Amino acid sequence: MIHQYKLNGYNIVLDVFSGSVHVVDDLGYEVIALYEENTPEEIVKKLADRYPESEVRDCIDDVEELKAAGKLFTEDRFKPISFDFKKRSNVIKALCLHVAHTCNLNCSYCFASQGKYNGERAIMSFEVGKRALDFLVENSGKRRNLEVDFFGGEPLMNWQVVKDLVAYARSIEKEKNKNFRFTLTTNGVLVDDEVIDFANREMSNVVMSIDGRKEVHDRFRVDYAGRGSYDNIIPKFQKFAAARGDRSYYVRGTYTHLNTDFTEDLFHLADLGFTELSMEPVVTAPDDPVALTEEDFPKLCEQYEILAKDMLRRKKDGKPITFYHYMIDLSHGPCIYKRISGCGSGTEYLAVTPWGDLYPCHQFVGDEKYKMGDIWQGVTNTELRDEFKLTNVYARPDCENCWAKLYCSGGCAANAYHATGDIRGVYEYGCRLFKKRMECAIMMQVAENMPASEE
Amino acid sequence: MKHIITLDTREMNEANGGCGECQTSCQSACKTSCGVANQKCENTAE
Ligand code: SF4
Ligand code: SF4
Repeated sequence: MIHQYKLNGYNIVLDVFSGSVHVVDDLGYEVIALYEENTPEEIVKKLADRYPESEVRDCIDDVEELKAAGKLFTEDRFKPISFDFKKRSNVIKALCLHVAHTCNLNCSYCFASQGKYNGERAIMSFEVGKRALDFLVENSGKRRNLEVDFFGGEPLMNWQVVKDLVAYARSIEKEKNKNFRFTLTTNGVLVDDEVIDFANREMSNVVMSIDGRKEVHDRFRVDYAGRGSYDNIIPKFQKFAAARGDRSYYVRGTYTHLNTDFTEDLFHLADLGFTELSMEPVVTAPDDPVALTEEDFPKLCEQYEILAKDMLRRKKDGKPITFYHYMIDLSHGPCIYKRISGCGSGTEYLAVTPWGDLYPCHQFVGDEKYKMGDIWQGVTNTELRDEFKLTNVYARPDCENCWAKLYCSGGCAANAYHATGDIRGVYEYGCRLFKKRMECAIMMQVAENMPASEE
Repeated sequence: MKHIITLDTREMNEANGGCGECQTSCQSACKTSCGVANQKCENTAE
């Protein structure tokens, strides 16, 4: 399968099943488009009014050479292995610990309904957290790198337990031959020097929630009195980010129908000194006034292009920013297994509630029918686990003809579920945005890998 | 090759990979929000 597109002056051709990326001239672009449906003679004829025959034949030779080398028009060899995924081991390598089902902000778009996940406020005890870590170690087989996300609600509302759990994990790491990587996701309200110091010692990653410009951020991210949180959190996060040094952090935000000019928000964050950025489209019911509309779509595409070009410029100027969706590593990216299986929700990644129940991931928490078991008895709903094992890109009918499938791995099961009622569905609007982002990301790779290519 | 320039990409091959040492990759807005393409392979044996 081939996908070809033009962006920022480049003609780009992707060969889906080999992962190859080609940059071609105008003739190459046309020849590749005609190649599958036409004989060489027909191609020569069709292009005769614009290109000399010898040129066209040259180009066809190039295409054939690449085809023979397995870099163009390659066949799908991966479908068969995707069915073996059901036999996949039950190793668990990552947990999302819901240490606090409560929040000190009252963000109106929060999928977790103010951190309570449609339930009661709750705080995870040290005993539950400790058992969760033991459960992870016991079920992690030979995997060495284990990930634990401190999530909420707002995890800093249960900070002492977070610190105690980190200490506990460190105390067993050596003997169990594991390496814990912790992530803290926070709204910033309770960030202080002590939090910053501890996080810099122990957290591999810190996720800071900011939506961008003050008016955008304060529209949703308000406290219980309805006051915006921007002025309170920005200085704290600035200090936090600066103190991270070369440790990872990133600022993540959500854009909605009300700020379809979201690059302004990203550039605002860059002006504030944040360089590691992520901004995601809101996922909500279609009748929600902030839901993205069909009219928004072309605007959003334009925004992604603006962003890509601006990031190239910033990099040239020596002041690069990172946008998470544009991070792509063509030469050392994920293996084919990873590309097919995706996020691992419900299989290698599980969420743990404050009282120790297991769910496929944080987005399913609170939905009783997705309860998978608990940290004492393990995964008892094995049927559900099997279902999630098979929710890979090959199990989704909508993904069958999608060129982006090995970049996407079938998307988010939770989004699919919320959009279509089925974890094997797809959130179509999200797909279109995803594909646009991949086109931009690959274009940036092209631009950076062949700067002198304007011929 | 005059008309086509090919970038260096990782070969997609069933024979290597699947070790599982890489990071999980949640795509949702509230977490890491990245697709698998964003990820690095962490296989030390390759
Ligand atoms: S972009 Fe959509 S259709 Fe394409 S692979 Fe991802 S989920 Fe499937
Ligand atoms: S199902 Fe979606 S929200 Fe859940 S872990 Fe996967 S990508 Fe993230």
